Amino acid sequence: MSTALSGGICALHLGTFTAYLPLVFMALIGITIGGAVLALSKFLGPRRPDETKSLPYECGMEPIQQGARERYSIHFYLVAILFILFDLETVFLFPWAASFRQPGIDATVKLVLLVEVLLFVGVLGVGLYYVWKRKGLEWD
Amino acid sequence: MESVLQLLFTDPVIGLIKGLLVIGVVLQIVPLLIYLERKLSAYMQGRLGPNRVNFVVPYAVPGLGGLRLVPGSLQPLADAIKLAFKEEIIPKDADKLLWYLGPFLAFFPIATALAFIPFGINHWDALGSGVIVDLRVCSVPISVLLLFAISSLGVYGIAAGGWGSGSKYPLMAAVRASAQMISYEVSMGIAVLAAMATVGSVDLQQFVVHQATQDFVDLGFLTLPNWLVFSQPLAALIFLVAMFAENNRLPFDMPECEPELVGGFHTEYSGLKFALFFLGEYAAMILMCSLFVTIFLGGWGSFWDTDAWGVFGWVAVDPHATDGINAIKSHLWFMAKVMAILCFQIWIRWTLPRFRYDQLMNIGWKVLVPLALGNLVLTAIAGYFLNPIGVGQ
Repeated sequence: MSTALSGGICALHLGTFTAYLPLVFMALIGITIGGAVLALSKFLGPRRPDETKSLPYECGMEPIQQGARERYSIHFYLVAILFILFDLETVFLFPWAASFRQPGIDATVKLVLLVEVLLFVGVLGVGLYYVWKRKGLEWD
Repeated sequence: MESVLQLLFTDPVIGLIKGLLVIGVVLQIVPLLIYLERKLSAYMQGRLGPNRVNFVVPYAVPGLGGLRLVPGSLQPLADAIKLAFKEEIIPKDADKLLWYLGPFLAFFPIATALAFIPFGINHWDALGSGVIVDLRVCSVPISVLLLFAISSLGVYGIAAGGWGSGSKYPLMAAVRASAQMISYEVSMGIAVLAAMATVGSVDLQQFVVHQATQDFVDLGFLTLPNWLVFSQPLAALIFLVAMFAENNRLPFDMPECEPELVGGFHTEYSGLKFALFFLGEYAAMILMCSLFVTIFLGGWGSFWDTDAWGVFGWVAVDPHATDGINAIKSHLWFMAKVMAILCFQIWIRWTLPRFRYDQLMNIGWKVLVPLALGNLVLTAIAGYFLNPIGVGQ
């Protein structure tokens, strides 16, 4: 791993596999507790379903139309797409943040890293400005 | 010379013990937090709050009578028992799979992500056995990345619950909640990025070591520790605001804003599934507050050094010591800070009114994201000209 990146700026050692084992334990504990609560909810408590009870809740009125999964605003899709764009770019910057301030880093490499991040954030900023001007962030 | 303890304390065993401890402690804090929230809310509004289901401390104080009561402190337990024996109503349009997955997915990723929080010093000589233990469950160098990756899966719980209910209010709430949570995750991620560039690591334990081992500035009468809240105040503020939105807390509690959406995404849920949603929500609160404390408030580090005056010096944590007392002190510092931030969240809840949804999205995209990007650029430029690690050396 460290030979793949020159200049000694490899800051993202992934560690050994056994270091991740506790994460698996933690996930198993979480699954056990969550599953146990779900299972208990099946056995505990009375179960007397009837027609009125199982109607979707609409403040006591009869539901005004069949099927609740209606259409919703296109804005939410836009937000989802923007999120993917911006969050992905954040992830791209993680290695930069980890290696930028390593002690003993070469001065030229550091300058390159600075220019790189300014360019990257600049492109991101232009993207945000474009979305903003095209009224992609407006809610009505 | 291997002792029994050394043979016993292998990596998997320690990992399992730490995992069980962390989940156990968090599951204990949740009812405590619910009680605390109800009590604080009540006092802020001039009410008494829960005061009927008392916890009786069985000790006698001469002259003060026999048993001491803590008013209402068993209320969360009583609520849990009540919820367990409630009838569960499944709406007829419910999508069975998503209906079951919803509460599960709201809890499980949060519980898993707790593995990365350093809740104490990074080198504790376990019971004097010579085995050095890192006081967090999963000691991996990319913990920030993994924590964000896993904890943001919690959105699926809300989305699945809202969609699976087959009812209009939960669906609207779920769509709103997902949009809100992913919007604020962007600015939160960029704010943390600036903090990472200051520390030069993606490892949460390194964040704390960086903050605990040096001073930020000496004001003469007071020496500020190198906490990132001092060197990255803007990032800390952005993270704090985004934290409220991520946890769906007031003033950003769109997903369950009662006047518009009844109960939000869990309107149709009852019984233990509702309890699981609740558990996940409070666990997420604890997770986010721990993360804020770890990144910006020095984690398990103390505010002053061990050479401070008198008892203050004794209370302080020595980041280089390995003994058990020091480890306990470091954990207590961490818990005290987390509890303080949790109380701050409750305080804000009764101080600020709820935002409108368009205001909420405007704050997220038009204020916090540009601010966070600007802060990142500033950090990059400052980092180029300043010392490699630490500001005030």
